[in-house]
Amino acid sequence: MTLQSKGVGIVETEYFTFAHPPDELALESGERLGPVTLAYETYGALNSEKSNAVLVLHALSGDAHAAGFHAGDSSAGWWDSMIGPGKAFDTEKYFVICSNVIGGCKGSTGPSSLNPKTEKPYGLDFPLITVKDMTNAQAHLIRHLGIEKLLCVTGGSMGGMQALQWVVSFPDRVRSAIPIATTAKHSPQQIAFNEVGRQAIMADPDWNEGDYYNGVPPDRGLAVARMIGHITYMSDASMAEKFGRRVKDEKQTVKFTPNFEVEGYLQYRGNHFVKRFDANSYLYITKALDRFDQANRLDKALRPAKDTKFLIIAFKSDWLYPAYQSKEIVKACKLANLDVTYCEINSTYGHDAFLIEIEEQEHLIKHFLGRVFGD
Amino acid sequence: MINQHKSSTKEHIKLEYQAILDLIPYGSTVLDLGCGGGELLSLLVEKKGAEGRGIEINEQAIYKCVSRGLSVSHQDIDAGLSEYGDKSFDYVILNQSLQQVINLGLVLGESMRVGRKVIVGFPNFAYYKARLQIFISGKTPVTPSLPYMWYDTPNLHFLSISDFIEYCREKNLNIEKTVFLDKNRRVRLFPNLFAQVGIFLLSNRGASQK
Repeated sequence: MTLQSKGVGIVETEYFTFAHPPDELALESGERLGPVTLAYETYGALNSEKSNAVLVLHALSGDAHAAGFHAGDSSAGWWDSMIGPGKAFDTEKYFVICSNVIGGCKGSTGPSSLNPKTEKPYGLDFPLITVKDMTNAQAHLIRHLGIEKLLCVTGGSMGGMQALQWVVSFPDRVRSAIPIATTAKHSPQQIAFNEVGRQAIMADPDWNEGDYYNGVPPDRGLAVARMIGHITYMSDASMAEKFGRRVKDEKQTVKFTPNFEVEGYLQYRGNHFVKRFDANSYLYITKALDRFDQANRLDKALRPAKDTKFLIIAFKSDWLYPAYQSKEIVKACKLANLDVTYCEINSTYGHDAFLIEIEEQEHLIKHFLGRVFGD
Repeated sequence: MINQHKSSTKEHIKLEYQAILDLIPYGSTVLDLGCGGGELLSLLVEKKGAEGRGIEINEQAIYKCVSRGLSVSHQDIDAGLSEYGDKSFDYVILNQSLQQVINLGLVLGESMRVGRKVIVGFPNFAYYKARLQIFISGKTPVTPSLPYMWYDTPNLHFLSISDFIEYCREKNLNIEKTVFLDKNRRVRLFPNLFAQVGIFLLSNRGASQK
């Protein structure tokens, strides 16, 4: 248990820039993007055979800071409970890389980056990107790090979609994949929630057709989008447990100020989010997720990855990415004759469970990864 | 909480596993339906060089399987096996699980489709001690192979060896081999009376024998 409390310590985000003109990154849309910068962090050490690299991919609002602390920060990376010495992704055995995505706003090239042609932020001049574009960019980073074949690609939610795309795009460069709480394609319900978020942003007059970088950003719209997101990440049971019908302040001085704890929580989350996330990135990334569709003959797409082993994890109370979506990936793996293990963890935390249910995930991942690594 | 491995199982269970191991040639592909904690499946992988896969409905059992290094799916076999093509496996095993499924016909039919051969193992309800308990005390029998009280049992179907032979005849399933077991020995005479467990090796009638 002492190992559990140990983390990776102080870490720093690094940046890799590539695709300088005229060798821009070719996007799925046919457009070209360059130069491209990816923010990433690494934990642990690459072994001499370069066979112990694990690529961790983050969710919609995540970033490259998956574990440890940035100097002076009091909060750890978003998957710190899973990455570190003795943890699920044991940094004493594995070299863990977490890469940000293009289209984002956490150090990688996205709509808030400077467009070299205009010397102004891209805004809506930024091309539409896809999950495949995200993984294509990451493939450049992995090659830059000198890694031919990854031991594992993994991530929850959007990270799981990237992991799946990695296997489909680069079947020879991935020995195993652990997609968690994810899907091969967004359901109409998932698209609907994202669309409400996008509409909230675009309905904010400050959005100004995406051209707000010299003015006031559409914070109200983005905050509402984030509030909707948070509702979908929790479950009825986890909200009941966390907030009940408790009120913060019985006597309301102004009508309709939040008095239920759940209202205050959502407002806090929304207001907190706008300080660290760009509204245009929210539009671009959610659109990439909605357009992601590997479900059509996924088994056929997975066939070239005949040596890639899968561990697929879903959570019982996750109604945003329900277990049936994971089971569709499992089915495709089986039809493609791949080695696949699937577990639906009994959790009440909803979609957020992949960040919370550590013990079960650690057990599954440790044994699975150990088998793939061959120890 | 994740349970650690349970200590070793009873003697006649081992005999049951050995009987199944004896039915399967080295290097076969095997799908174990209702594989539990993976005891039999890991024996098949270790001792028979099998390429083993399992399906199990119990989450804690899945954790045990994964710690044994097995590839298993946390799923309900009652929903069918649509994720597997015809004859995807040399052997499909339904050991101590067929009597616990709801749609027995569907599960056995799917197993016969997905496997070239199917091994079924189940507790014999017509074992003489079970008969005596019903006859003398008038109570639902509790035996080593049927260890549950009537109000707390995972078993949904109570069948005898004779029942299953008749069922196979009706469904046109070919019984290639049978093994009947008492607690710690094979039973050759009057198995429906003296065996606690029946193990059947089945194939589709007319299927190529290999």
